[in-house]
Amino acid sequence: MIHILLGVLYLVLAPVIGGLLDGVDRKLTARMQRRIGPPILQPFYDVAKLIKKQNIVTNRLQNPFIISHLVFAAFTGFLFFEGTDILLIVFVLTVSSIFLILAAYSSNSPYSYLGAERELLLTMAYEPMVLVALVGFFKVAHSFHFYSIVTSGKPMLLYLPGIFLGIFFILGIKLRKSPFDISYSHHAHQELVKGITTDFTGKTLAMQEIAHWYETVYILGFVYIFFSFTPVLGVVLTLFVYFLEVVIDNVTARLKWEIILKSTWVVTFVFGFLNLIPFYLVTVR
Amino acid sequence: MSVFKRSPWIIHYDASSCNGCDIEVLACLTPLYDLERFGIINTGNPKHADIFLVTGGVNSRNEAVVRNIYSQMPDPKVVVAVGICAINGNFFAECYNIRGGIDKVIPVDVYVPGCAARPESIIDGVVQALEILERKRTEFERYRPARVVNGSHESL
Repeated sequence: MIHILLGVLYLVLAPVIGGLLDGVDRKLTARMQRRIGPPILQPFYDVAKLIKKQNIVTNRLQNPFIISHLVFAAFTGFLFFEGTDILLIVFVLTVSSIFLILAAYSSNSPYSYLGAERELLLTMAYEPMVLVALVGFFKVAHSFHFYSIVTSGKPMLLYLPGIFLGIFFILGIKLRKSPFDISYSHHAHQELVKGITTDFTGKTLAMQEIAHWYETVYILGFVYIFFSFTPVLGVVLTLFVYFLEVVIDNVTARLKWEIILKSTWVVTFVFGFLNLIPFYLVTVR
Repeated sequence: MSVFKRSPWIIHYDASSCNGCDIEVLACLTPLYDLERFGIINTGNPKHADIFLVTGGVNSRNEAVVRNIYSQMPDPKVVVAVGICAINGNFFAECYNIRGGIDKVIPVDVYVPGCAARPESIIDGVVQALEILERKRTEFERYRPARVVNGSHESL
């Protein structure tokens, strides 16, 4: 019962936390570039404005796809904090991102198409690492349930350092940060970077943005698993990882998609699999 | 304060300008002027934009592009003509291919004079455009416009 309440709490609070994190991110980015930067609440103003704008729809399928994207993104986090099987959660998350790709494909714009293709590539790039991480969690905690893993008290970071590095590597893809922001970025770059959202206007874009906030919180929850042996410090460390991600965003330039795909897979195989080998030789008690 | 004033997103297009005004527009994004502190973002995508910043006198080749960008922007929207060429074509006005001002092609809300327009005056122009954007928003909400599907209008 308490877990269902936590899930509902996530549904209500995640957009607020996600939006605030986004605002802090933009402020930090501005300070790192020696600018003053927008107010912390800027992401909320943006979404409030987008809801009031005219909605130009290039294909009737676009809105149902985006609504599904939002619903599944929220549902993923709900399942996560409700404590369902983590395997199922990753599949629901994939469904959510597939709906976003379909929404981008439903438009006739070549930029939208290119964005969708790049998003598919990114999905290909990060998905193996997530699955390896799941195996790692199971090998250490002997459970696929979020709360069993978190309350097992095992120092995941010490058992799975390689997998943590791998997850940290692909974090930039899910948070849409440089050097992996090839399909969509929040910053004032231009060209293809607006890729996947090229044909989204008004409410559609607002829904995509809110879905991204949901995803941000869920993904940070995933990172928290590594630090779960010290609950309070764990939250601080998770936020520190987010801060590192902002730093990386500011000091790197976009990569080509070939390099992204190769490097993420190399990292997955080297750090992820090497980390798993000992668990097949010795069982963790 | 209305949310429209807090988060105006801009699209910038060079309609045969000499690039002087464009450099000044981009200078507004630098740490010295930092437009983002007002929530202003240079989007580069007409479908996300609220304010259309145009420079230059518009020639016969890019007239269609200016119209296209304007028609792709969702309502409410405003147009800011930056620089003297965008106002009346200036010394290019007599050229055979120059239309002589943005308002010959699309309706303009704010004119920012100067050759090249200073970043301060561009920011001032954008701030004045926000007032007009706010007025257009109330009109927009009063008339509940049709939703555009596949390029044709249909009621919600």
